[in-house]
Amino acid sequence: MNIVQLNNKHIKAKFLSFFFNVLLFAGGITVISFIFLVSSNLEKQMNKNAAGVDLVVGAKGSPLQLVLSGLYHVDNPTGNIDYSEALKLTENPLIKRAVPLALGDNFKGFRIIGTEHSYVDLYKGNLQEGDLWKGNFEATIGQKVAEKAGLKIGDTFAGVHGFIEQGGHAHNDHTYRVTGIFEPTGTVLDQLILTNIESVWEIHAHHHHGDEHDDDSHSHDGEEAGHDHHEYEAEALEHDGHEHEHEHDEAHGPGGGKEITLMLLQYTNPMGAMTLPRLINSSTNMQAAAPAMEINRLYALMGVGVESLNVIAAFIIIISAFSIFISLINSLKERKYELALIRAMGGSRGKLFSLILLEGLSIAVAGYVLGFLLSRTAVWMLSRYTESNYHYALREWVTANDAYLLVVSLGIGLLSALIPALKAMQTPISKTLSE
Amino acid sequence: MDNKGLVTNRLTFSYEDSRLFTFPDITCDPGGHCILMGPSGCGKTTLLHLIAGLLKPRSGDIIIDETNLTGLSSGQTDAFRGRHIGIVFQKPLFIPWLTAFENVQIACYLNNRGAIRPEILGLLASLQLEGKDTSKPAQLSQGELQRLSIARAMVNKPALILADEPTSSLDDVNCEKAIGILKEQAAAVGAMLLIVTHDKRLLDHFSNILFL
Repeated sequence: MNIVQLNNKHIKAKFLSFFFNVLLFAGGITVISFIFLVSSNLEKQMNKNAAGVDLVVGAKGSPLQLVLSGLYHVDNPTGNIDYSEALKLTENPLIKRAVPLALGDNFKGFRIIGTEHSYVDLYKGNLQEGDLWKGNFEATIGQKVAEKAGLKIGDTFAGVHGFIEQGGHAHNDHTYRVTGIFEPTGTVLDQLILTNIESVWEIHAHHHHGDEHDDDSHSHDGEEAGHDHHEYEAEALEHDGHEHEHEHDEAHGPGGGKEITLMLLQYTNPMGAMTLPRLINSSTNMQAAAPAMEINRLYALMGVGVESLNVIAAFIIIISAFSIFISLINSLKERKYELALIRAMGGSRGKLFSLILLEGLSIAVAGYVLGFLLSRTAVWMLSRYTESNYHYALREWVTANDAYLLVVSLGIGLLSALIPALKAMQTPISKTLSE
Repeated sequence: MDNKGLVTNRLTFSYEDSRLFTFPDITCDPGGHCILMGPSGCGKTTLLHLIAGLLKPRSGDIIIDETNLTGLSSGQTDAFRGRHIGIVFQKPLFIPWLTAFENVQIACYLNNRGAIRPEILGLLASLQLEGKDTSKPAQLSQGELQRLSIARAMVNKPALILADEPTSSLDDVNCEKAIGILKEQAAAVGAMLLIVTHDKRLLDHFSNILFL
């Protein structure tokens, strides 16, 4: 029977009041911890996926959309750009590396990307087994794709138009064959299917009829037209360069009237950031968006929400500190006999002080632990949602912020118990015992 | 003067606002008994609390077992009280969420004594509290609570047992019993027994009587 056990017995006897205090405290901790965890996950993921890309060049539209679609593969692309025009850019000496990307299809929600082998280098991808794609309709897939879609080397699959699993129509006449699987990188590469650009062109390019139809709801199976027809770009696409649809025969020359979705650029030196975006935006009908700037803009937009959530959480914690304070002060009234008895049996004032302080700390620690668990549960649920909807998993479970939050929790527990504990020390023993 | 046992010397005390209490000197030999008798409001409990070190006298000395209580600091007084003095309060006060056993055990703990389980169980048994060790105070009868109170006062084998009106709420039969138990237990650990009371029934049981 020591002071810790005494505290435990008291908590057990007054469990309801203890529990509500813990619940209130945990509420604040949960919100703050959740925000910390999600933003830390998001930032890490964003940085990893940025992969040193300095500039994304694509069709005009929202620059944020361009970055999200081209680099993070969460949004739809803004449209297509002329491949030859994009290739012209790469002659600029300020550009170290240029990686073209052609988007348009998915397999079970995993995006099929027509690109070059240099794209793999951006994410430092290594092959787990097999080889990189070589010919048309060969695909190298990310580890998540292999796992979730159940694809192995040598398997074949058909892409579905668009970026969502349902809705698009299948390119059953062209099937890809898996030639390789990447090691997990913890980046967006894990959830991509890579192939060469020509494959994407071939699937889409020679079917163009220029007729407008709702891309999302392809109900026709191709019978009425004799073959599938659709635009090679996704939903939001507005074709302004339809010339290539008549030029099937020239389609395979590099840049020969071909279109890509976007191009990822790396500068040779920081001078690139000064001149290139302006050059591209003013002198071509393409758009250049710097991921760093766009993501900062996104953070700034989210910042308001995050900030207000933080304020609410801080408010909850302050209220809970008051609640701890009030219930400890109130409990002194009914505990005064206990406190006086402890003194009469030889306990010092210090014992009374630490007994009350311990109760405040117990609430804070229990609240912290509960909040920790609740916030992880919330992140886990969010992760399941983002994984099934965006193929983004939140993988980080513990951050340095947790230690910081623990210290803050202990501090709040101590502070709110301090005055009650000091008051407990002053319990008039003789008066209480002779009442 | 022999300072073994209990000696008080020209004790005075006053609460902040009210009149001054002056108390007659008490002398009690080691292992002896002493009874302080007086009407309500004459400062009996105050005197008991002074001797227990729960209150500080305005002047005078309290010497228990060669230690002058008035010279000790607050912390030293607490420690001394825990080790050498057992108190049986007028009302049976217990920590309600601890069992009978734990209520006794905590007195050991507060004196940094490892609580020896068989010792406490033996003590409870000697006070006819066998099998009550896991009961909460609320489940015990008035008489059981009083005996538990005595057990708690005894467990550290104090040199001095202070009892505040231990019999005021008891009928004659139980009064006899309670006094018997107190004397018996005090004798078992060789402790002095100091009782303050207004209960005239106790006069026959003690020779060393002081009237306030």
